[in-house]
Amino acid sequence: MSAASTLLKPKLSDKSFKYQLIAPSIFVLLLIGVFPLVYLLVVSFQGITMLNNEPSFEGFKNYSALFADTRMWEALGHTLLFTVIALPLELILGLLMAQLFIDKLPGRQIFVALLVLPVVIAPVVSGATWSLMFDNRYGPINQIIGWFTGEEATLLWTINPDLVYPAILAAEIWQWTPFMFLLLLAALSAVDKSQLEAASIDGAGYWRTFFRIVLPAIWPVMAVAILIRGLDLFRLFDVVWAITRGGPGTMTETISIFTYVKGFQQFETSYTAAVALIIIILLSVVVILALRRVGLSR
Amino acid sequence: MKLARRRSLRQGLRFIAACLLTVMFLFPIYWLFMISFKTADEIFAYPPVWWPESIQFGNYLVLFKDGDAATVGNSLIVAGVSTIIAMVLGTICAYSLARYKTGGEHLANWIISQRMVPPIAVVFPIFLLYVWFGWVDTYFGLILLYTAFNLPYVIWMMRGYILDIPIALEQAALVDGYTRWQVLWKVVFPMCRAGLFATAIFTFVFAWNDFIFALVLTRTEVATYTVQVTHYFGGQSGFWAKISAMSVLGTLPIFIVVAFMQKYLVRGISLGAVKG
Repeated sequence: MSAASTLLKPKLSDKSFKYQLIAPSIFVLLLIGVFPLVYLLVVSFQGITMLNNEPSFEGFKNYSALFADTRMWEALGHTLLFTVIALPLELILGLLMAQLFIDKLPGRQIFVALLVLPVVIAPVVSGATWSLMFDNRYGPINQIIGWFTGEEATLLWTINPDLVYPAILAAEIWQWTPFMFLLLLAALSAVDKSQLEAASIDGAGYWRTFFRIVLPAIWPVMAVAILIRGLDLFRLFDVVWAITRGGPGTMTETISIFTYVKGFQQFETSYTAAVALIIIILLSVVVILALRRVGLSR
Repeated sequence: MKLARRRSLRQGLRFIAACLLTVMFLFPIYWLFMISFKTADEIFAYPPVWWPESIQFGNYLVLFKDGDAATVGNSLIVAGVSTIIAMVLGTICAYSLARYKTGGEHLANWIISQRMVPPIAVVFPIFLLYVWFGWVDTYFGLILLYTAFNLPYVIWMMRGYILDIPIALEQAALVDGYTRWQVLWKVVFPMCRAGLFATAIFTFVFAWNDFIFALVLTRTEVATYTVQVTHYFGGQSGFWAKISAMSVLGTLPIFIVVAFMQKYLVRGISLGAVKG
């Protein structure tokens, strides 16, 4: 035990100090974090809907309905589809961008400052922007496509079932590739230069150097970036809401949108409680397991 | 000679690529901002107009005249107050975690995991609770939720910043007869004021940019600007001007603030994992 921690180790009279400090925060977190869990648990065993306000015990009815609900599984599938496409693309594009900016370049800081702007825009605003851009007649995207094809493009980006996914993914990838870029640029800058020089003297090629030296060095940061973005993608809501509201039909409905629709538009209170509870439990397990592997704490 | 020329050629190509990339990434932002300065005729011109004839602020005037711009004020109140509360509560909690290892790794991990749960799952029971208490569409309700939602972030970030400062000063202050609270106010907080500032900014931005909590918990009284933007969706086509002007009102302040935050950006968005 170092001298420091002995000195700061609370004396008997001060033993309560460290608990005084955390008490207000823990109180708020329990109020908003744990109370809802208990409440969800109770409501999920009842049968409350818009028409039926009577709290009656219904057992596992909502849970069994949940497993048979194809719409829920589809929403889960859509969420995973968005994630497995967007996450690798953001990672690879971010890495390529970081490679471009790793060496000296005139105006480098200005470039980086401009490139990260999408990250701080509200996702719902980003979605709104892209839905204006994708407008079939007054948006610039069809116009640009028209320049290349030589004829008027009239693609219905936000309505055509084949095009809604590319449209949403474009907005998503545009907004979050700079996030990956920024983190990976910081990680690449921290790679030990002398190791790279040694590798090049030994005649190691680009890919060999990348996989043997660079990748292991930046992996801890990459893992954090993947964790943060992966969890963000699982809760995907704003961008989809702004562009398609989950449509056409329920084609782009994510699990968050599904929960919103069930709870706040169809008022299936107890059923939604079961959905929300399962999401919270599932995610908590994933997060705790991930935190053990990924070095977010120190 | 040859090598130097090849190097400068490479440098030139990289510069061009960087310019193209930046233009591509900024184009949607340009488009959003530009629509807000267009007249209705220009917005609905075919083919689309890339540069309006003249910059006019009519679309903004409408927002202020109709009172829609007040939603930006709501965002400011809700994000501002919740940030202050979360910073005060969170920082003292972070100090306890950093210096006394209160609760160990488990408590720290539990706290950060609170932030990673999907908001929709959390806000549903909160909504039912708020209906019961009559807190829906009140400043108090929204501020409470944003405070709770941002607390884990503040605690986590400030724990990192406090661990960065040397403990020796705190010891010296204790020896000099400072109470523990005085050490906190007079030594620790001034020492990590850069971290405090950066964390406060990001906390503010998270609350400011939130959509889902505000969508569920507000109606008309305290609707924030993000909710207001979506109110224009699917309406008459004239609403395009409002969508863009409202979005710019909400986005421009963030751009300005973040311009001063470059140094802390990486650490702020990576949950402290990357020092940058």
